[in-house]
Amino acid sequence: MSDSVYSGLLGESDPHWAFGTGFAEPLAGVDAAVPAGVDPADLGRYCLMLGDDALVLSQRLSWWTSRAPDLEEDIALANVALDLLGQARLLLSRAGGVAPDLVPAVAQQPEDALAYFRGPAEFRNVRLVEGEDVDFADAVVRLLLFSVWRLAVLDRLAGSRDGVLAAVAAKGVKELTYHRDHAGRWVVTLARGTAESRRRLVAALDRLWPLRAELLVPHPVEARMAAAGIGVDPAAVAAEVDAVLDQVLTAAGVDRPDVADAPGGGRDGSHTPALATMLAELQEVARAHPEGTW
Amino acid sequence: MTGPVTGPGGMVTGPATGPGGPVTAREVAETVVDPELPMLTLADLGVLREVSEVDGVVEVAITPTYSGCPALTAMRDDLVARLHRAGYPDVRVRVELHPAWSTDRITERGRRTLAEHGISPPGPAPRRRGPVPLTLGVPDRAVHCPRCGARGALVSEFGATACKALYRCPSCGEPFEHVKEL
Repeated sequence: MSDSVYSGLLGESDPHWAFGTGFAEPLAGVDAAVPAGVDPADLGRYCLMLGDDALVLSQRLSWWTSRAPDLEEDIALANVALDLLGQARLLLSRAGGVAPDLVPAVAQQPEDALAYFRGPAEFRNVRLVEGEDVDFADAVVRLLLFSVWRLAVLDRLAGSRDGVLAAVAAKGVKELTYHRDHAGRWVVTLARGTAESRRRLVAALDRLWPLRAELLVPHPVEARMAAAGIGVDPAAVAAEVDAVLDQVLTAAGVDRPDVADAPGGGRDGSHTPALATMLAELQEVARAHPEGTW
Repeated sequence: MTGPVTGPGGMVTGPATGPGGPVTAREVAETVVDPELPMLTLADLGVLREVSEVDGVVEVAITPTYSGCPALTAMRDDLVARLHRAGYPDVRVRVELHPAWSTDRITERGRRTLAEHGISPPGPAPRRRGPVPLTLGVPDRAVHCPRCGARGALVSEFGATACKALYRCPSCGEPFEHVKEL
């Protein structure tokens, strides 16, 4: 018998990393071979882009736990955040597995090294996901803009020549489907609620709409991965993204914002100060206790 | 397949339980329950994919319900611990992502067990061709109260775990959970 009520959780296996999961190989059982004719470094960078998008938005959404308009919404956003964190883990593991040079040299599993030991300039997420939500409407609009795009991308990525990306995407499609529905329902609810809720929804749309442009401009890595049958050219999803956004805006009775596109750069590590602030909090414990276990 | 007779440290352990109890590695693995739905075994949940035993090495394949499912670690540890206790010292658990888990994998016995424990089981998982349709209205499911059978009313699409939605019963007044179709 053991001394701790928690020891049964560990079985006879190694202690869990304080910041990890105990899975030595999160992608075990999936064919890890890199498809023929593919540059592993490019594949790694592509996985980082998709993984960092999910990781950073997951952290942003987690902030709402205990702050959302009601308890059900606390739980809803935490659920969405957890799905995205799960996608991030798999994608960062894949990135580290195929392109070890991308992984900081610390004694951690690649997914943890990538999440906790890179600086802001090494993150490859779009700027849309890193901004602070100044209102609940921002969280709703940000999730809508992101999930409409990501669902369209993952739906195509499920046919990737890379078996890992295909499997992660197929699973992600099911999750993004209800993330997108949830965000869309909130946009309609806020727009058709009170004058105040509508005013704040429209303000959030005006603030965040310019950032969606970055999602649709192909980065050279995305273009090469698409050409190799591995990734998805974001330009190829632009029409579908537009159609779905129009569907939501029509249901909400809100005009498409008439605002100029914002500059991108996130895919090349050029971020707004909000990312550095977020990472300082996200990485604080892991960096203070790099070999902590529980 | 028969159970080994030596466990860690060479102790003679024999089968885990008496006559009629689980003996093979598969039978042992099939007794492990889900950490979040403990009335269901991993087999009934459709998470346990494969159990094989070759030269004393037991290999178990499981699949996550959701990408971020935090229960996966506990499932892995529970499988390893249960098989160790049953006298299988060398157990490897691998995670399979493909094909993705679906609620259609929950067995008929699993569905009955859920209902008996006050949780509404899922209907058929959605199928589609072409782009994923956007659903802005309230999901149209015929969910019935596991206690009194009346049609339930949706409270929230998200519950205490990723796999469940919250409902309440307008007839008996009780809240209940529904396993979402995935």
